[in-house]
Amino acid sequence: MTTTTKPTRRTPQTADAPAGRDPGARPPVRRRPRADRVYLWFLLPTLVLFTLSITMPAAMGIFYSFTDSVGFGEFDFVGLNNYLVMFSDPAILSSYGFTIGVALCTVILVNVIALTLAIGLTAKIRAKTTLRTIFVMPMVVSGIIIAFVFQFIFANTVPAAAQALQLGVLEESILADPDLAWISIVLVTAWQAVPQAMLIYIAGLMTVPRDVYEASAIDGASAWKQLRSITLPLISGFVLINVIIGFKDFLGTYEIIVGLTDGGPGTSTRSVAMTIFSGFDNGDYAYQMANSTIFFLITLTIALIQLRLTRGNARI
Amino acid sequence: MTLPTTTIPGGAASSIPRRSSDNSQGAGLPTSRRSDRHRWGTTLLLILGALTVILPFYVTISMAFKTGEQAVEGEAFAWPAPFSVEGFTTAWALTDFPRAFTISILITLATVIGTILLSAMASYAISRNWEKKAYRWAFYYLLAAMFLPFPVLALSQVKLTGMVELANPLGVALLHIMFQISFSTLLFTAFLRSLPAELEESARMDGASTAGAFWRIVFPLMAPRSATVGIFAFLKSWNDFMMPSLIIADPTLQTLPVIQEIFQTQFSNNYHVSFASYLMAMAPAIIAYVISQRWVLSGLTQGAVK
Repeated sequence: MTTTTKPTRRTPQTADAPAGRDPGARPPVRRRPRADRVYLWFLLPTLVLFTLSITMPAAMGIFYSFTDSVGFGEFDFVGLNNYLVMFSDPAILSSYGFTIGVALCTVILVNVIALTLAIGLTAKIRAKTTLRTIFVMPMVVSGIIIAFVFQFIFANTVPAAAQALQLGVLEESILADPDLAWISIVLVTAWQAVPQAMLIYIAGLMTVPRDVYEASAIDGASAWKQLRSITLPLISGFVLINVIIGFKDFLGTYEIIVGLTDGGPGTSTRSVAMTIFSGFDNGDYAYQMANSTIFFLITLTIALIQLRLTRGNARI
Repeated sequence: MTLPTTTIPGGAASSIPRRSSDNSQGAGLPTSRRSDRHRWGTTLLLILGALTVILPFYVTISMAFKTGEQAVEGEAFAWPAPFSVEGFTTAWALTDFPRAFTISILITLATVIGTILLSAMASYAISRNWEKKAYRWAFYYLLAAMFLPFPVLALSQVKLTGMVELANPLGVALLHIMFQISFSTLLFTAFLRSLPAELEESARMDGASTAGAFWRIVFPLMAPRSATVGIFAFLKSWNDFMMPSLIIADPTLQTLPVIQEIFQTQFSNNYHVSFASYLMAMAPAIIAYVISQRWVLSGLTQGAVK
């Protein structure tokens, strides 16, 4: 998402400079103090509110992660202790393992489905607008509510259907199985995340020049070969965007898990976000702040990789 | 989940010559002869895929309109017979739907208006002062929140909102706006940079101030982009569960999505009540989307890929 917006240095404003000013030389004084002040008033409210509600909590979180605060009252500094304990805490480690595993599976599933749908929806098909409208719908409904709906389907409808068809494994609800419950989370997260990836792929497919397909069709390239050696390489930048945006989003998975399994059975489907939110219940406020900080560093690393990888890709 | 992966070769590949043939009518290729025809195979597969999308909505509607006795059987596919709105009336009273709906609407409205105004003004200031370092830094500063997921900030924000009497819907609206600022500023600045400066200059020559030029000339021109920004703010705010559930201290001031979770145990096996309640909470977003999908679709692709 970030790539695109890297603004160029040339803006309309440069053309707006007062006449007679040497464009290279910096003026000793500001020429238009009045205008400047208006711009400042346009920007300032946002900057102040943003700092109070985003930057300050972020700084606070990092600060408290070095203490033993329980969320209120007095506290002492404990240095890196919270971080050291974290790395040997099985609850934390398993939540990271679970969250990263689910995010990886979901990313793969979402991208395969989204690309398939995008290719289908850019083909010459009937009822294109209606189909597109339907496929985007999961994006606009609340995650928690759709998770409750799927919870019902997984707990009642699927086992009932499996019993009727004598399907063995599926006759028990997968939500109740500590080894299988994660699958339901991947499926529902993917169900909701496919539209966004699909729309990005549709935008990507629009950028592929049509004549390359004509040329390869003359050369007798098969359909599958066209996909592999023309479409995929040409939209690789979009694949990258989708993989990274998706991975970042799925790491924060929370409400779909609350709706489907609420972290259970046992703690088998507890994500990092759920563990962090438990900081108020168990008095390990500072400890979960350390967890948040690590979680942030992971997200930041992914974002920086995204910036790095997409910067070289001029097409996007 | 939606389509078997094996459809890629067929769907993909067969679609490709079709698109290319649009501007090559009569090129004499075998593919272009068939190009006028629609791809019925692909269409059929997509319709099958669309059924997986529709399924949960079908289940919701069919369960919501059942009677209590019919719903308790849990047969999702059986169409309600007879049709009953008992689920809706019960859910309406049980969850105090009008109150939760009003709170959701107020938070969402505040978020939409606040997001559009604040980010439009900030983007204008930034894009017209891009050559100044401070404004450029401000831009990157606002953008940085895109990399900050809410869980990271949650504990501190809960603590802070509690301290300043904002552990209520107002606090949630403020946070919703702030989490939308990055994306919206991105969209607006991209648009403002493509807007010719002559428009404002001519207004200035007629004696308009900077603010006047913005409100009278630039802001109206931003309307399509504001619609996109607004729709996204609406969807994010209306559907959010995490922030209100953690920030709003008083359960009677909770939003619709959170109410669904609070009443889970009371719904118990009265599926017609729970699904009626889900449907009432989902409907506004779906209706808003169907009405405004043109801006949703264009906005998403612009935000992601320019």
